Amino acid sequence: MSSLAARALFLSGLILVVSLGVWELSTPAVKAAGEMTEYEKLMGGADQEARVPPPSQVLLRAWEELSDPFYDNGPNDKGIGIQVGYSLFRVLTGYFLAAMIAIPVGFLIGMSPLMYRAFDPFIQVLRPISPLAWMPLALFIIKDSEASSIFVIFICSIWPMLINTAFGVAGVRKDWVNVARTHELGSLRTALTVILPAAAPTIVTGMRISIGIAWLVIVAAEMLVGGTGVGYYVWNEWNNLDLTSVIFSILVIGVVGMLLDAAFAQVQRAVRYQE
Amino acid sequence: MDNPFLEIDALSKRYPSPGGQDLTVFEEVSFDINKGEFVCIIGHSGCGKSTIMNVLAGLDTATSGAVTMDGKEVVGPSLDRGVVFQNYSLLPWRSALKNVTFGVRARHPDWSKQQVLDHSYKYLEMVGLSGGAEHRKPSQLSGGMRQRVSIARAFAIQPKLLLLDEPFGALDALTRGTIQDELIRIWSGSEQTVFMITHDVDEAILLADRILLMTNGPYARVAESVVIDIPRPRNRAEIIHDQGYYKIRNHLVEFLALRSKVLAEEHPDDGGPMKPRRPETVRPALATEDAVSDEGLSSPRMEPELVSLVR
Ligand SMILES: Nc1ncnc2c1ncn2[C@@H]1O[C@H](COP(=O)(O)OP(=O)(O)O)[C@@H](O)[C@H]1O
Ligand SMILES: [Mg+2]
Repeated sequence: MSSLAARALFLSGLILVVSLGVWELSTPAVKAAGEMTEYEKLMGGADQEARVPPPSQVLLRAWEELSDPFYDNGPNDKGIGIQVGYSLFRVLTGYFLAAMIAIPVGFLIGMSPLMYRAFDPFIQVLRPISPLAWMPLALFIIKDSEASSIFVIFICSIWPMLINTAFGVAGVRKDWVNVARTHELGSLRTALTVILPAAAPTIVTGMRISIGIAWLVIVAAEMLVGGTGVGYYVWNEWNNLDLTSVIFSILVIGVVGMLLDAAFAQVQRAVRYQE
Repeated sequence: MDNPFLEIDALSKRYPSPGGQDLTVFEEVSFDINKGEFVCIIGHSGCGKSTIMNVLAGLDTATSGAVTMDGKEVVGPSLDRGVVFQNYSLLPWRSALKNVTFGVRARHPDWSKQQVLDHSYKYLEMVGLSGGAEHRKPSQLSGGMRQRVSIARAFAIQPKLLLLDEPFGALDALTRGTIQDELIRIWSGSEQTVFMITHDVDEAILLADRILLMTNGPYARVAESVVIDIPRPRNRAEIIHDQGYYKIRNHLVEFLALRSKVLAEEHPDDGGPMKPRRPETVRPALATEDAVSDEGLSSPRMEPELVSLVR
């Protein structure tokens, strides 16, 4: 255990084991059927199901769910893989639509002080609006719950990308732009070969923030509109009082969010440069 | 007679200030540079040297006056004028090689990848950068190596005029000497005209055919054009034994220490003497012994009342 990384790993493992142990011991064991009173038998063991389950039970459920993630038994019973797939589809669609608008507009705003000032008041007013606040309006106008959740993702992921792109582009060192000018590069080639790589680290940071927010928002949006997706899954299992599945899906949400973030961390590393 | 290669005519730069009192950085700056000439410009910090260079590059515009190169007025940046910026201005996300190919590709869009590469390597080798170092990013190179890449990039586009803004200012003396030698070698093998800003008197004498001296700002101007009558090739070890070396050096040092300030004060609005349209040509190395004995405190042509002012 010499290196910092190894010691940190050890400590992480320790924290995990201790917290799971405390959790396991603090949840009363499920009584065997033989020990149940008549009343408990009548209630079908429902109140036991509604208790916070111990981690061992969650792990067991995880194993069951993950061994067949793509089963489909009708609208209220789909595998976790299918649900995550629905959510990812919505997040990525809304996110890429947002990127396609935010990055070019961010470029425009970043390169022109006039545009910067002209757009600024709108951005300042629209940005702090909770994305879910758009939901009723979206449902009314679009009249489609699927498209509405995609719209909500679009609207929540656009701001960090727009602002970071504008900020990154506006902050490109004048010297580098002058290098492009002395080499007689046109505006498109200057944008692609000088400004884009120079601003890329800031732009990708904005994209990383956006994907994180989009993943936070999709769960809430799906709870609201229902039908499919991890957000709906959590809500549905809560209505079934299946807390084991609720905890399992919470973990899944966390892991998928972490993977999305890790992917962007990778992109960030690729575009990073040292002055 | 032919027009000179580069003509700078009555250049002025004024910055309007909200308080009403405009800042005139320099005024009525005029000089010529001939084809193939190596000209240095010296002046105190803030007198407007970088501004003049940016106007020559086409990156900045003067408030009035005109720059003409090869009979055409300079209106914007051009590949005919290569610039080596003070802080190197390499693109940090590109390797040294890619920084050079960036310039070569811009100059020769019709060249094949291999042609661009060969040409870039030729210039990288010329500045002594090869054998793996060319694949490193600027942040992984020393200051001297970065400046070499910057010079290679500028020379590789084979501009008619090369502009250098204090290119060696941030380098240690040893590295500076090596790169100066490389610069002079590449320049002598080419037809290029060089205009270089420096604050190092010895560097200017070693490199230049002519040194332009600027008075202090505001209202700075180019007061003198000092011809360096020392035969080439020059060598930093031998040059100090040249007859004219110390005459030139003393003249320059004395200008910077004293006269740059005194001349700045005789502003025309204060009723001072009329400025000549072109800077006065001075050849300190050819001055008679008589005048030389005077050197160090005054120049051979200094007016008596000026000398008293200095003292
Ligand atoms: N945007 C500006 N507004 C006002 N003054 C400026 C501006 N840019 C440069 N200056 C002034 O112009 C002068 C000349 O600057 P510069 O050309 O960089 O001088 P040098 O290269 O000789 O040191 C400086 O005194 C500086 O204060
Ligand atoms: Mg300067």
